[in-house]
This record gives sequence, C-alpha cells and structure tokens, in this order.
Amino acid sequence: MSRVLVPCHVKGSVALQVGDVRTSQGRPGVLVIDVTFPSVAPFELQEITFKNYYTAFLSIRVRQYTSAHTPAKWVTCLRDYCLMPDPHSEEGAQEYVSLFKHQMLCDMARISELRLILRQPSPLWLSFTVEELQIYQQGPKSPSVTFPKWLSHPVPCEQPALLREQGLPDPSRVSSEVQQMWALTEMIRASHTSARIGRFDVDGCYDLNLLSYT
Amino acid sequence: MLQEESDLSLIIAQIVQKLKGSNLYSQLERQAWASLQRPEIKLESLKEDIKEFFKISGWEKKLQNAVYSELSVFPLPSHPAAPPEHLKEPLVYMRKAQGSWEKRILKSLNSMCTELSIPLARKRPVGEQKELLNKWNEMGTDEPDLSLFRPVYAPKDFLEVLINLRNPNYENGDSLSFRTHLGLIQVPLKVKDIPELKECFVELGLNIGQLGIDDSTQVPPELFENEHVRIGQKVLAEQDSAAAQQYIRQGSPTALRAELWALILNISSQPEDVLYYEQLKTNVIQHDLLVDSLIYKDVKLTASNDDYYFVFEDYLYQVLLCFSRDTSVLSHFAFNSASPPKSYIRGKLGLEEYAVFYPPNGVIPFHGFSMYVAPLCFLYHEPSKLYQIFREMYVRFFFRLHSISSHPSGIVSLCLLFETLLQTYLPQLFYHLREIGAQPLRISFKWMVRAFSGYLATDQLLLLWDRILGYNSLEILAVLAAAVFAFRAVNLMEVTSLAAAEKKNHLRELKSMYLDDIVKIHGLFWLF
Repeated sequence: MSRVLVPCHVKGSVALQVGDVRTSQGRPGVLVIDVTFPSVAPFELQEITFKNYYTAFLSIRVRQYTSAHTPAKWVTCLRDYCLMPDPHSEEGAQEYVSLFKHQMLCDMARISELRLILRQPSPLWLSFTVEELQIYQQGPKSPSVTFPKWLSHPVPCEQPALLREQGLPDPSRVSSEVQQMWALTEMIRASHTSARIGRFDVDGCYDLNLLSYT
Repeated sequence: MLQEESDLSLIIAQIVQKLKGSNLYSQLERQAWASLQRPEIKLESLKEDIKEFFKISGWEKKLQNAVYSELSVFPLPSHPAAPPEHLKEPLVYMRKAQGSWEKRILKSLNSMCTELSIPLARKRPVGEQKELLNKWNEMGTDEPDLSLFRPVYAPKDFLEVLINLRNPNYENGDSLSFRTHLGLIQVPLKVKDIPELKECFVELGLNIGQLGIDDSTQVPPELFENEHVRIGQKVLAEQDSAAAQQYIRQGSPTALRAELWALILNISSQPEDVLYYEQLKTNVIQHDLLVDSLIYKDVKLTASNDDYYFVFEDYLYQVLLCFSRDTSVLSHFAFNSASPPKSYIRGKLGLEEYAVFYPPNGVIPFHGFSMYVAPLCFLYHEPSKLYQIFREMYVRFFFRLHSISSHPSGIVSLCLLFETLLQTYLPQLFYHLREIGAQPLRISFKWMVRAFSGYLATDQLLLLWDRILGYNSLEILAVLAAAVFAFRAVNLMEVTSLAAAEKKNHLRELKSMYLDDIVKIHGLFWLF
C-alpha cells in the first residue's frame, strides 16, 4: 500500500505540571505535542512513524470533521499505547515505531490537527520526547498491471474433432504445461546468487597504512 | 493483523535472500534438476512432485534446519525507517561508547606497530612460506620472540569501560537515593528477574532430569540416563536442528555431543567447506599479520599454561590464524555493535577502492581469546570442522562477550543480571563484599567474559555450553556466576579484602567444583 508524506508543523512540546515549573523539584511526567497541517486540507491518516526517546505511554487525539457542516471535534484515537514495557529500564526507549490506521480507536478520515500526549511516569529520566515524527496519508492506488490476454485467459478455441481422434494430447493441457515451464524458467533467470567473494586484499596486495580512526 | 503479516513476509524475504547465496541453495537446485529424470515427477504437477521428493529424501529437513539457523542468529527485521546502526545497537550512547572503546584499541595497535617497527601486514617471501607450510601441524614448537608484544587489552580494562558507561538522559545523581545502583554497572538495562528466569529455563527445574547430575553413580541409569541417551540418538537420526536444541537443554551425552552441536549450529562438513578452510590456510601462508603475533602470545600465555588445553596448542594456531583471514565473519557486524577496523593500501590513503579491513575478519583478539576455541578441541579433531564450529559459536555467542551493547545476552546485561541477582537474593553478602571494597563483579567478570572457559573443569564447561546452545542465550553465565557466590557465601562472609576473596581457594579453585554440587546445593535449584 503506498503512502504519501503529509507536510506538517510540529509545535514545541508543552509540559503539563501542577505548580510552578521553576521551583518544583520533580520533573513533568506529561508532555503535549501539537501537530498542525497548515497547507493541507483535512485528509485521511494512514500511518504515523516516529523515533521514541524515553516516552513510556502515548495517547493521540485528533481533530476530526465528522460531516461537511459541523465544526471539527477532538476525538481520542489512541489511548495509553505502551512504548516502554518497563518505564524504569531502557527497553523500547529509543525504538522506531509505526502506528497504523487499523490500530486506532476511531476512523481517521478528515483529520485537521493532531495532538500527541506523552507520558513518562518514571522519575529516572531527565527528559523524554518523540523525534522524527512523520505523518502519512494513503497514496494513489498503484495502477493495475494488465497482462496480455492470451497469458491469463487462453481463449478456448474450437477443437477440431479430428485432432482428438488422432490421439494427440489435449491442447489446453499442453498450453498450461508450457505456461508453467515458462514461469519456472523466468523465475530461475530472475534470481541471482549472492556469492561470497572472500578476498581481503586488493589485487594481491595487503600492504597497509596504519589503522584509520573514523 | 496486517502488521504481523507484513512483518512475516519481510522475515521470509530476508531469509530467502540470505539462503540464496548459500551452498544449500545450489545443492537443492542440482537435486531438483536431477530429480526430473525420476518417473514419479510429472510435468503437470512439477512443483508438488519435487516438493514431495524433497520431503522423502531428507532435503526438506536440511532446508528447515537452515531456516531455523537463520532465525536463531539474525535479529528480527527492524523498522523501515531505522538506519543500519540501529540494528547494530539501538541505544545511541552505547554506540558512542563502543566507538570510543574501539578507537582506544586501534590507537593501542597502531602505537605497537610504530614502536616495534613491524608492519600491520607483510607478504611472506617464498622461502618463509615453504617453511611455514612444512611446520603447519607443529607451530607450537616455534618459539618466536614475543617479549615485546603485549595484548591489546585484557578483560579488566574492558570492565573499567563498562563501569564508566553512563546514559546522559539518566538521573546519575551523586547523592545516594533509591535510584542509585549499588553494583558497578550504572545503566538501567532490562534484565530478567527470578520468575522470568524460572519461566525461561523451565527445563532446569528440580523435577526434570539433568545430565551431569542425574547420571552420577548414585542414580541408577534406568531412571533417566538410558532414556535420555535413547532420545538423543533418535534426534540425531532425524537430523532435526530444532529438536536437538530442545533436547540439549537437559545436557548432552558425551558420545553424542559433537554431532548434536554440529546439528544445532547447522554445520555439515561439505567438500566446499574443507576447500574454504584450505583457502584460508593459503592466506595464512602468504601473508603475515601483526595480529598473528598477538594470537601466538595469547595462546602461549593462556591455553598453553592450562592443564587441560596445552595439548591442543597446535590446533589453536591452526584455527585462530585462519579465523583472522576469514572475510565471511564480516557479515556478523550487521548485528554486532562493534565495527571492523579499517585501513587503506599504502600510498592510497582515502581512496575507497583501496580500503580494506584489518584484520580481514575485523576481530582484534584480546587476552584470553584463545580460550573460546580450546574446549572445542575436545570435541572435534578435524581442523576444518573444528574451525567451522568455532566460527559459528563466535558469530552467534562469543562476540557479545566483548562488545558494548544493550542486547539481553550482551556482557553489559550479563553483568547487570549477575549484580541484580546477588543483591536481591544475597543482600548481606553483597553488602559485606561492597564494604570491604570487593565488588562481586570484579571477581566474576573474567569468568563471564570467557564463558567460564579455563575456570571450570572441561566436562563441566561443556555441560554449561550445552545450555548456552539449548537456550540460545548467554544469560546462564550470569546465573551460574551468582550461584557460585551463593555456594561459597558462608566462606566469603569471612574475607576482609578483595585480594583475599580472590586468592582464597573459595573462588580460585572453581575447577574442582562440580556443576552438580553448585547446582544441587545452592545454585540454580536454589533460585527455584
């Protein structure tokens, strides 16, 4: 299924915290990231991909137009999706994640805005966020490949009764066998082995400089 | 559901791509062509008939074993947006730490090169080549002057690097709080706790028979041993890798071990493999590498001084020197956090077409490296088979013991698992050792890095390595290390310094310990 990247504007994350951010000792455990699509009409969301950075749970809310004339409403489409099975340990902390339309709680048609709500309950991490956020909508359907008619539907031509009486094989059977052989030869021709080379020198020479630090 | 299906097709595509370049593929092709002459293969049902033929003749089983082998070794395909470095190691700070560590090793090797004025690689003159070929089977009798060479690093240097590993996003406060790790490892990797270990190592439970314990003289063989041997023979007759891996979790009978390991690692000595080994031997004869001297030095310092392994000295050279020239090992760097050192042909600095890896297999041996090979010499006597087994063991398991990664079988996770087990279940001992400045990891690190080779008696060691193969994981090393401390807890509570803890016979003479003593009385069964 093809997909098309939707240009988006990711606003800076806002921490939700009770009390004065500057004086309180604890770190915020909830962040909100707003994503807008300034130059795009409401679209159907196909996929969201991002790189996690120590976020434990993710909720997503979308602003959706249900019908042409009613104002857009905020709907929760993903609730507390777990990115880190153990928020205190590194598992899943820097993984690449994809979320698809079929994983969402509501249908993803006519989206105009996105709000990501990130939660990290563990006090061990200094910061958390998601990076490299990319939103995709469904791309145009790939054009159907048209096979030549004779390949997919051999036209049953009239069988002259004469042939059968002479004991020759049934033409439709022969044609299907030939078809299979052709397919096999095509497959063998198309495949190529990735052979191991095994040479470590360059034209027989292995006289080296010192090792490089890159 | 869609996601799982597409993941599955991706895995299948990857495995097919990998197998296409293998010997098995050409063999299957040849067999398929040859089978066309058989009367039961009909043209109209060609595909099904050939599949049936493969099933009957045992080729399907070989293919199954190859697929199972690929699944065991290769990590699952990662997210399409993830760069190749992510597959090597997902955590950025660990990648950086591994990079700095490698840079230190390269600097050390380069300075050795310039100080001793010895080139990294040198083509041998014809006379020298002939001489080496003549004494190929007795390289141990050679006594080259290795006094100026020093190992590039030893396990304790590596331990210092691991101790200093820090996650920049982690609260590494100076003041003690609930967040502080009391052990040496300060990174919060996920390690299994006892209930998870119980679930994972279910075949090591008290109610299931084990070789090495339930085949001792006091236990009549009818109870467990005979049946276990019979099943082992059946598994070998079926030539099924997955069944062998499951079977070996309860230990392998000595007579069947060599074949079982070869089956699990999917090693079958074909003429092509023997030829490949001979080609590597030719490469050793033609070029002399600085790394060879490091290998010589390591063998002389470690294996040659060991009561069990000194007889195999010549084999060790034959395997390790060839290992350094084997470019097929480079493919494992796709999922190893380490990277092979790079250099250029003299005079062609910076030109990519003259870039080469050094050594050709990208692995720089450290002090004790030869101990990975030594125990295998008891099982395999034919050099090319011994070589193949060692190479497969290295690219599946041993590389994780000397590179910095977050993998559950990586050395960092093993160290953290060991410390966590000890802290949780022997808190008094842990506290006491910490107070006298003898952090337990300082003692057990060298055991785990070498997978206990040289620290356990060989028959016990091979039983341990049976379990590594059976569970496809190195976590058992950390569990055994914790069990050893538990076994000697009473004595250890009495020591007053790190040196005393190490010197006293309690821990030094691991060799006299039997796994069944440790396991039965205190160790693994204690955990359950």
